[in-house]
Amino acid sequence: MDVRDLIGEAVAGMLARPVRSALTTLGTVLGITTLVVTLGVAATAGNQIVGRFDELVATAVTVEVPETDDVPLVRWDAIDRLTRLRGVVSAAALAESEDGANLSVRSNDLVDPARVTTRSLTVLAASTGLPEAVRGRMVRGRFYDAGHVRRGDRVAVIGDEAARMLGVARLDTAPAVFIDGHAYTVIGVLGDLRRERNLASAVVVPPTAGRRFGLRDVSRVLVNTDLGAAGLIARQAPAALSPGNGDMLQVVAPSSPTRARDGAQEDANALFLILGLVSLLVGAVGIANVTLVTVMERVAEIGLRRSLGAARRHIAAQFLLESTLIGLTGGVIGASVGVVAVVAVSAAKQWTPLLDVRLAIAAPVAGALVGLLAGLYPAMRAARMEPVDALR
Amino acid sequence: MPETIVEQPVIELADVCRDFPSQPPVRALAHVSLRVGRGDYLAIVGPSGSGKSTLLNVLGLLDRPTSGHYRLDGTETTTLRERDRTRLRGERIGFVFQSFHLLPHRSVAENVMLAEIYTGQPRAGRRDRALAALERVGLGHRVGFPPGRLSGGERQRAAIARALLGSPSLLLCDEPTGNLDSRNTEAVLGLFDELRAQGMTIVVITHEQEVSERAGRRARITDGTLQEE
Repeated sequence: MDVRDLIGEAVAGMLARPVRSALTTLGTVLGITTLVVTLGVAATAGNQIVGRFDELVATAVTVEVPETDDVPLVRWDAIDRLTRLRGVVSAAALAESEDGANLSVRSNDLVDPARVTTRSLTVLAASTGLPEAVRGRMVRGRFYDAGHVRRGDRVAVIGDEAARMLGVARLDTAPAVFIDGHAYTVIGVLGDLRRERNLASAVVVPPTAGRRFGLRDVSRVLVNTDLGAAGLIARQAPAALSPGNGDMLQVVAPSSPTRARDGAQEDANALFLILGLVSLLVGAVGIANVTLVTVMERVAEIGLRRSLGAARRHIAAQFLLESTLIGLTGGVIGASVGVVAVVAVSAAKQWTPLLDVRLAIAAPVAGALVGLLAGLYPAMRAARMEPVDALR
Repeated sequence: MPETIVEQPVIELADVCRDFPSQPPVRALAHVSLRVGRGDYLAIVGPSGSGKSTLLNVLGLLDRPTSGHYRLDGTETTTLRERDRTRLRGERIGFVFQSFHLLPHRSVAENVMLAEIYTGQPRAGRRDRALAALERVGLGHRVGFPPGRLSGGERQRAAIARALLGSPSLLLCDEPTGNLDSRNTEAVLGLFDELRAQGMTIVVITHEQEVSERAGRRARITDGTLQEE
């Protein structure tokens, strides 16, 4: 018997009752969909956890600069050498001191007995790249630039939390804050920080203006790198920042992300996998059941085929192929629905969908396998039928 | 030289018995001997339960005799393996059933073409051969119809076309007019006459007088014993 004839007969047999065949595929569709969605969403979510980890931690390098009495280890202009390194996305130098940690800050000079107008806030000096380095944005106004720094302008940028506490709502009136009694013009409000969130309640002044509060030397450097460049930058940063004294700097670099990735993938939801396998099993039972009914309905056809010279194996092959095709159809539909669902979930969560191509290919094959196994018994029953009985 | 005779019989039954195991055993065929030559048109008549169906099954290689010999086209079939019997059945015997056994979801042409898929004929030209067979039975105008839209007589003619495909040595008909009215019966019998004139060997099992009268030979089976009239 020609294979093409066999396929033709099986397809014709499947299409003879299209509604029944379609309903029969449902179990497989459900099972395969569940499996694909479970594995796909697990992989996508796993990747997403790694992605978030990558963005916030895996690219963040911090260089701690110990305090020295005489010459500063890191000069303010050293930050330019650092940003020139390939792999550095943004960097900023900070000067923090214990003196600056609790300075009284007021937004006006009036003493209002009804409310607390004097706040105790952290004041620090930072280089001009701070908004990018803390991955924040200017909620209002602007950050100071190199000109402000050079001229020693008495300007300040305050965190959004500090702005709320001080009652600075608008900048068009050029409000001032009084830091330890010295007036500074607020030119910007920094918010949406994703790194160094404590800066939200701080007052940032240019390095040239910070000397008054003992914010003389760089105490910390924040660096953001490209993905995967953190390790390299962590090694190069000390030399760039402090040639000759690099070994005195402490670099805090993220740990390797591989471990996080492994952990995330182990997180695949075992319950849903079991659910999918159970659905597949139910689908297999459904296919077996319907194929058995079909065999019983088509006894006369089996007899006819035997009278036309079909051997038992021809009959078995046809019914086996029919159930396999039903399983394959269910697998293809299930895989498609599953992929669409993974993409939809990803779109809703603004994730990048991640799907193993092998999974997309294996799913229809699994469906076909389910159909094949389910068809074994009915096909055997059909093949065993005696032509004399079948034609009666 | 053992056989110089050109005309080898299509069917040669020798002392065939068929017993069914039960308590007590039932002898459905008792020492049946029969020769059907090429081009013969034989009607086997008998009441129900006489062994007609058993004889048909034995003749159609659907059943094995318990004892005796059955040569089909000179091939001893009782010793053949199942697989070879199946092949012989597909190649040499065209079945015509009382209930037509046409697949309802396939066109008339596809139903006819079905006769070739198990016999190893090439796919090329299959449709043309099926159309020729349909033309032969006068159904050339119903090729693409589903069987459900044919009359009973047309259905049986489609079934005969299917039986004719592959040029079998024997057309074995089981109550071919059992489901037909007298007009359609006449049409089918007319077709048998034509086929016989073309040299086809036909064995018809029937209980209808009208059918058996048209056959060249008549044999009656009673309680498993066959007697030619």
